[in-house]
Amino acid sequence: MSEPLLQVKDLEVYYGVIQALKGISFHVNKGEIVSLIGANGAGKTTTLHTVTGLLRPKHGSIVYDGKDLTKVHPHKIVSMGLAHVPEGRRIFQNLSVYDNLLLGAYTKNDKAKINDQMEQVFEQFPRLKERRRQLAGTLSGGEQQMLAMGRALLSDPEMIVMDEPSMGLSPLLVSEIFEIIKTFREAGKTVLLVEQNAKKAMTVSDRVYVLETGSILTEGNAADLVNDERIKKAYLGE
Amino acid sequence: MSIISTLINGLSMGAVYALIALGYTMVYGIAKMLNFAHGDVIMVGSYVLFVFTMKSIKNPFLAILLAILFCVILGVLVECIAYRPLRGAPSLAVLITAIGVSFLLQSVAQLIFTVTPKQVTMFQFNSIEFNGLTIKTESIITLVVGMIVMIALTVFVNKSKTGRAMLAVSEDRGAAQLMGINVNRTIVITFAIGSALAAVASVFMLFIAPVTDPTLGAMPGIKAFVAAVLGGIGSIPGAMIGGVILGIVEQFALKYEFLASYSDAIVFAILILVLLVKPSGILGKKRHEKV
Repeated sequence: MSEPLLQVKDLEVYYGVIQALKGISFHVNKGEIVSLIGANGAGKTTTLHTVTGLLRPKHGSIVYDGKDLTKVHPHKIVSMGLAHVPEGRRIFQNLSVYDNLLLGAYTKNDKAKINDQMEQVFEQFPRLKERRRQLAGTLSGGEQQMLAMGRALLSDPEMIVMDEPSMGLSPLLVSEIFEIIKTFREAGKTVLLVEQNAKKAMTVSDRVYVLETGSILTEGNAADLVNDERIKKAYLGE
Repeated sequence: MSIISTLINGLSMGAVYALIALGYTMVYGIAKMLNFAHGDVIMVGSYVLFVFTMKSIKNPFLAILLAILFCVILGVLVECIAYRPLRGAPSLAVLITAIGVSFLLQSVAQLIFTVTPKQVTMFQFNSIEFNGLTIKTESIITLVVGMIVMIALTVFVNKSKTGRAMLAVSEDRGAAQLMGINVNRTIVITFAIGSALAAVASVFMLFIAPVTDPTLGAMPGIKAFVAAVLGGIGSIPGAMIGGVILGIVEQFALKYEFLASYSDAIVFAILILVLLVKPSGILGKKRHEKV
């Protein structure tokens, strides 16, 4: 088997004296959708923030595409092909939809390529095209999530990490968002997904890691874990 | 009739306050700090103008360019040496550092140039007579140049890639980093722009009164801060509006004898009033507290 695209080993992260991650290891292969699921406070967001450089680990390594990310400045990580769709979307509310998308392509300089990507994003999210002159803060929750995803796509990433993309959305929109995540895989992108909606996450994922208070409780193929009694009870509410 | 000339004086004074307020508001918006040494950059600019118009080269245009260059370098150095190591420190520590930088700049100026005011005459201006109305040429120049600079700045911030990055950092520093924006570089650029605007303001200050001393920047600096708060600190158009309002109010206060000696008090009363009634200022947005 070839090297995984993302390999995280023995990651330990602290907030002051409080240990948020107690040495977790996981990997994501190229072309996979991998989910980290778990309750509030399990360390899912902390993991993603450490991967994309917003937090620094005390111990452990994060190797992406053969390079150690723990020493790389966060603003350089996106140009390595790793895009982050953060929790709560964090779109730039006071800027237009179009400017938000352009900021997604901040590390790119080829104007023609950017326009090309922009057209593709508008094709996938026609509502963003209709509203491109509007301030992003005036969009609905679902549209804001689409903008956050479109913004990530404009950096032309090889891998996208997504933090709670379904948070605060209606069931119909949640399904729509997960359909979009599937299209990422079809486009050859690799996805690392963090979700509280474990059931939905498992339906789109290849593999799943279950986090509990800073450690990995269990891992496996999504198809197997769906039938695991423990997982069913604790995370799927069955 | 004299109301019109007071209005023009007010607008031109307002343009000066607006230029200074822009430095406060941009740095506040992007670096989330109050740079109380900003006013003293004006003073440094005025001494560069003094040296190069009165002592050597004696070319006012070249002196203005050198003043801008010198202030930009100063602003960048202050950011890199004094403020950058405190990124993430409590805001009180940063504020005290800024006040320290302010004292440092004033003291160094005092060491080099002494406290004796220095005469800096760059140009000879004539007044324009128009329908019995006397208008100072320097007021018109200040107003026109100030407007051009502010329009250019607005276009730069809203249309250029660097400007967009500045807006992104000011709204959400973490998300901006995720876009690949180098936050430190963006903050340095902001300090450079603010200092360049302060240098331009120093030229206009010397139009109004052609003398400088080490405390030249203190009063206009603090008034421009009031203007920035009035317009809504962090907002670029807010700083422009706040500056102009302040300039006009001050000039009209100076026009009437019974108010003239209170003109500074009126300016600061505005600050207190804004903080009481609408702390976010005219164009300021309410802060979205994340829950």
